Amino acid sequence: MKTLTTMALATAVSALAMSAAAETKIGMITTLSGGGAGLGVDVRDGFMLAMEQAGRDDIEVVIEDDQRKPESAVQIADRMIQSEKVDIMTGIIWSNLAMAVVPAATAQGVFYLSPNAGPSALAGKRCHENYFNVAWQNDNLHEAAGAYANDAGLKNSYILAPNYPAGKDALTGYKRMYQGDLAGETYTKMGQTDYAAEIAQIRASGADSVYFFLPGGMGISFLKQYADSGVDLPVVGPAFSFDQGILQAVGGAALGIKNTSQWNKDLDNPANTAFVAAFEQKYERLPSLYASQGYDTANLILSALNKADVDDKDAFRAALKAAEFDSVRGDFKFGDNHHPIQNIYVREVIQEGDVFTNKIIATGLENHADAYAAECKM
Amino acid sequence: MSLILILEQILNGLQFGVMLFLMAAGLTLVFGVMGLINLAHGALYMVGAFAAAIVAAWTGSFVLALVASLAAAAAAGALVELLVIRKLYDRDHLDQVLATFALILIFSEGTRWVFGSFPLFLDVPSYLSGPISLPGGIEYPLYRLTIIAIGLVVAAGLFWLIARTRIGIQIRAGESDREMIAALGVDISKLYTLVFALGAALAGLAGALVGAIQSVQVGMGEPVLILAFVVIVIGGIGSIKGAMVGALLVGLTDTLGGVFLPQLFGLFMEPASATSVGASLASMLIYILMAAILLVRPSGLYGGQH
Repeated sequence: MKTLTTMALATAVSALAMSAAAETKIGMITTLSGGGAGLGVDVRDGFMLAMEQAGRDDIEVVIEDDQRKPESAVQIADRMIQSEKVDIMTGIIWSNLAMAVVPAATAQGVFYLSPNAGPSALAGKRCHENYFNVAWQNDNLHEAAGAYANDAGLKNSYILAPNYPAGKDALTGYKRMYQGDLAGETYTKMGQTDYAAEIAQIRASGADSVYFFLPGGMGISFLKQYADSGVDLPVVGPAFSFDQGILQAVGGAALGIKNTSQWNKDLDNPANTAFVAAFEQKYERLPSLYASQGYDTANLILSALNKADVDDKDAFRAALKAAEFDSVRGDFKFGDNHHPIQNIYVREVIQEGDVFTNKIIATGLENHADAYAAECKM
Repeated sequence: MSLILILEQILNGLQFGVMLFLMAAGLTLVFGVMGLINLAHGALYMVGAFAAAIVAAWTGSFVLALVASLAAAAAAGALVELLVIRKLYDRDHLDQVLATFALILIFSEGTRWVFGSFPLFLDVPSYLSGPISLPGGIEYPLYRLTIIAIGLVVAAGLFWLIARTRIGIQIRAGESDREMIAALGVDISKLYTLVFALGAALAGLAGALVGAIQSVQVGMGEPVLILAFVVIVIGGIGSIKGAMVGALLVGLTDTLGGVFLPQLFGLFMEPASATSVGASLASMLIYILMAAILLVRPSGLYGGQH
């Protein structure tokens, strides 16, 4: 009897050990309530779609809502790392939250894969071997917009962005590539909803074009008011103000506007075609670039898990770095600072039936790497 | 810096001020008459905007959308007063703040639950869209002029209601002596529900008017709420006239400060730092204004002696 119990116990323990070894735990902290929830919902839905398609029951994903607050993101991260013992973390949308969570998480040996935020510090001086950015470095889309402005012959841009770190990065990114003059440069208030004063200044400035970075609701307000003001200078922006979740709320005011993105639903590769169809079928809406970033992040993790066990950190890190997965962006590879080297496209807002969406009209920058890679000593 | 630009910015400031007045009027009435701090006023603004967006999508009529915003916000306001606020009149301000903060969360997450996380579409009707030419060669959006006009009409109506009607007398009486007016046989609880619904309807109207040129989304009311509190503190709590003057002061200060401060700093600083210092200082300007006014008049410009 005693032997039997011991044997049963031994079997149970080894079964436990087996399942513990096979199990990979992923912690996702993202914004699911409050003002910016649309972005987090898209990242989560894209990520979970890829997980569902893989159908692996040895991966567990824990999802928590950070409410766009750095302090709750930090608390959730501590809990995930210390009590839930996650192996991989992902999900954060906003750069200020990423700066609060990522350095501590990677220092504790957890892998962090960013599906959206790409603050310059984490690409440069504070880069880390366990940190990978699957989306872009913050400046990238703005740099492409600056390059596009040169190609389009724009010579006198009026540029505006909110007065916070990512807003300053945005205008810096645009100016890094743009060769023309500046008719004016304005920092608006974070969360500002009325742009009448700025639009009047644009009208009076003699600019030949407008470049703006106003993510979320700020961009919706600006575009509607701009369209209503009668100022008809060409507008250029990064994809964030022209993404699938926002365009329907802007309506016709955005038609024809050029914007820059690393992804669009009409990118012609098999992975993307399958992704767009599957996303539309499951969620009954078109995917946004945030959804594509979530989907790529999940597929990158899956590709690495197929090659290495997450507990073998060096092998797993090498498998991540190799990035051998079918990205919906087509070609995708990591630079030495674990940030993407990728094409950034110029899109135009069009109307398909009742739905406002984008189509790619040109390639803005080819195989573009970020400007901070040289500062990264990994 | 041309004269036209300055005039245009003054119009922008007026329009912003009028919109703030619609928010602040309800807030100051509720605070003045019932002594209640209502943080959920911004949620009613959001309710108005969502109702307008839904009705505009259904019927295509902007006028119906505005009516719906008034009705929905008034209904939501009356319901909230009957179910929650009524229990708070005798509590201290901290309890009121806690309960109405809870209402913000309930309204926000409830709205997200029903309408999803993505912003809704509400556009300026075609007959009000585009700019018109004003005397002096100013091109100004017709819709913004309409907002100014609607706001002024509503303000005139409110002044008439408070100064000339029986309900207005009761509201003013309730403000100065709650027990006395109840002793005189006025149904004070009905009056409270009415005032609360009126304030809610004005907030809802503001939400719908502004929703057409901004984004209709969850949480849109809270930034405006903070400014509305600044307005009623500047104007004096409980005073409609104070709310009007305060709203125009805040609207003009905020708009003109945001435009001219960076240019002022540009005279003696390099452009990049001038824009960022100017923008930072401009966003503080209304709070500096509030502090300065409170130094001179601690109960606000038109605040009562109580």
